[in-house]
Amino acid sequence: MSTSTAPVAEPQAKQQVLRPTQKLAWGSPVTYLIAVVLIAACLGPVLYIIIGGFRTNSQITLDPSGLPSPWVFTNYADVLTSADFWVAMGNSTIAAVATTVGTVALGMMASFVIARYDFGGKGLMYSLFAAGLMFPMTVAITPLYLMVRTLGLTNTLAGIILPQIAFALPVTVIILVPFLRAIPAEIEEAASIDGASRLGFFWRMVLPLSMPGVITVGILAFINSWNNYMLPLFILSDPGTFTLPLGVANFASQYSVDTARVLAFTSLSMIPALIFFSLFEKRIVGGLTGAVKG
Amino acid sequence: MSDSQVLAPEGPSAVGGGSTPPPTARSAGTPRRRGADWRKRAEIAVLTGPAIIVFLTFVIVPVVMAAYYGFFRWKGFGPPTDFAGLQNYVSILTDPTFHDAVRHNFTIVVLSLVIQGPVAILFALLMNQKIRGRSIIRVLIFVPYVISEVIVGTGWALMMSDTGAFNTLLAKIGLGNLEQSWLADPDIALWTLMLILTWKYVGFAVILMLAGLQGIPDELYEAAAIDGASFWQQQFRITLPLLGPTIRIWAFLSMIGALQLFDLVNIIWGQYVAATAGTSTMATYMYLNGHLAGNYGFGSAVAVVLFLISLVVALVYQRLVLRRDTEGALTGASGRKGRKK
Repeated sequence: MSTSTAPVAEPQAKQQVLRPTQKLAWGSPVTYLIAVVLIAACLGPVLYIIIGGFRTNSQITLDPSGLPSPWVFTNYADVLTSADFWVAMGNSTIAAVATTVGTVALGMMASFVIARYDFGGKGLMYSLFAAGLMFPMTVAITPLYLMVRTLGLTNTLAGIILPQIAFALPVTVIILVPFLRAIPAEIEEAASIDGASRLGFFWRMVLPLSMPGVITVGILAFINSWNNYMLPLFILSDPGTFTLPLGVANFASQYSVDTARVLAFTSLSMIPALIFFSLFEKRIVGGLTGAVKG
Repeated sequence: MSDSQVLAPEGPSAVGGGSTPPPTARSAGTPRRRGADWRKRAEIAVLTGPAIIVFLTFVIVPVVMAAYYGFFRWKGFGPPTDFAGLQNYVSILTDPTFHDAVRHNFTIVVLSLVIQGPVAILFALLMNQKIRGRSIIRVLIFVPYVISEVIVGTGWALMMSDTGAFNTLLAKIGLGNLEQSWLADPDIALWTLMLILTWKYVGFAVILMLAGLQGIPDELYEAAAIDGASFWQQQFRITLPLLGPTIRIWAFLSMIGALQLFDLVNIIWGQYVAATAGTSTMATYMYLNGHLAGNYGFGSAVAVVLFLISLVVALVYQRLVLRRDTEGALTGASGRKGRKK
């Protein structure tokens, strides 16, 4: 949150500290060492998965912790040409995009009303959504499955998209309402003097001004949907509707003997999340810490 | 969880509404104003309607129905008719495998706090030094948190299996006598789970702590340094107390997450092995005995028990610990505070 300002102020400030050289001399090498160890620990298992996909099963059986020799690309090629992978990838993409759009649209509309309309029951509406924080999906999953089944939505992507939107709404409303409330009333007055209706004000002013908040909640909704395992596990049983997490789990149990291909499948399904994360890293970190810490 | 704090900032604006007259006065105004009033109500209905309908249908109604279904022996077909009273709850609370699951959950809660907390604070302190490549380090330690539980579980399960990479690596570096049955041995499996959980979630804790550290003004350290405080004295006297709110919120999230733990256990151990390996949780118990067994009345009752346990933990924590912070961090109030910084 304050990342942009802090580093600028720090260098000068530190020069005034007494005995700065001793502190740096003590701090630097140890710090770097620990950083390297930490990074190695974080990335080791990830690299194991990725590199393992370049080995053959016999290589893995003979020496599970070795490097590929020679490097083989057939595992990755097999997975990339298999229908299972692309079906799951397509389903995950559809579910994540629809969840994100739905969450942002519904959350934005509701937050706009809560933040900028005056009416009785406004506080009640806010606490209704806030109360949703008390019910993580794990608690509601069994009856949620029954509800989805009653609506005839099992084995459809809508059956996971709608609940995902519903469970993303509490966080969305809690993040967006303060954002929308912070837009000065003067802007709204100026817009209405210029002839904009309340909805015109919403489209022309509110949406652009609250973009940072919108992007944050959108990213949270996308990642949660992309990684969601429990809900698809309950709702989807037809492999044609599987999302990537289910696809990975299914592939891993189906081809449990073919370790190399499982590793290739796993690392390929990791790539979209990693690309998405590297694109939006600042927003994700800022959003999570902002949403949580304040 | 934080109802009272959530309501607090809302109260005045919703009821008093300082600048505007109360609704009754407005509706009795001129015809033109009444028209505007109807238009406003229509806008409110159209804008909030979809969100409220989706939210009620998929969050609130299922939760309420769980409380209802929990009193029935019910296989999930047709309306529940076989009223069982508290029988489901009695069965759950007297089932030794459920006791095991609860014990595992609480062990994980405590170990997560004890292991991840100090590790995260230590790493955050070191990462907060001015070193090159700080931003790239931040990205990399966050990678495990972004990867889905399924991928983490699949990869780790392969690594930690009896003939997996971890055991052979130990043998290679001459620690062959440390080889263990990491996943199957009931004495060890829970610790393996803790290792994986720490790996997956410590990055998140570090990022939180780093954000907290950046909120601490540099002047305090300068003043302390002038007064002759050593590096560690500064950390214990300045950093830790001022990091308090961040630590307390992280601990809260960690506890609730540990109580709801499902994905990793289900992926690595599967629903049937978890109990014998000593890593079953309340959620895997619910999945096995409710969903897979088709006993939806019973499964709903487990959900209610899981919810009540989480709620009690949350309320007790809120009472004893979080109340010390002037503003609850899960509420809108802190959202405003956060942006002002």
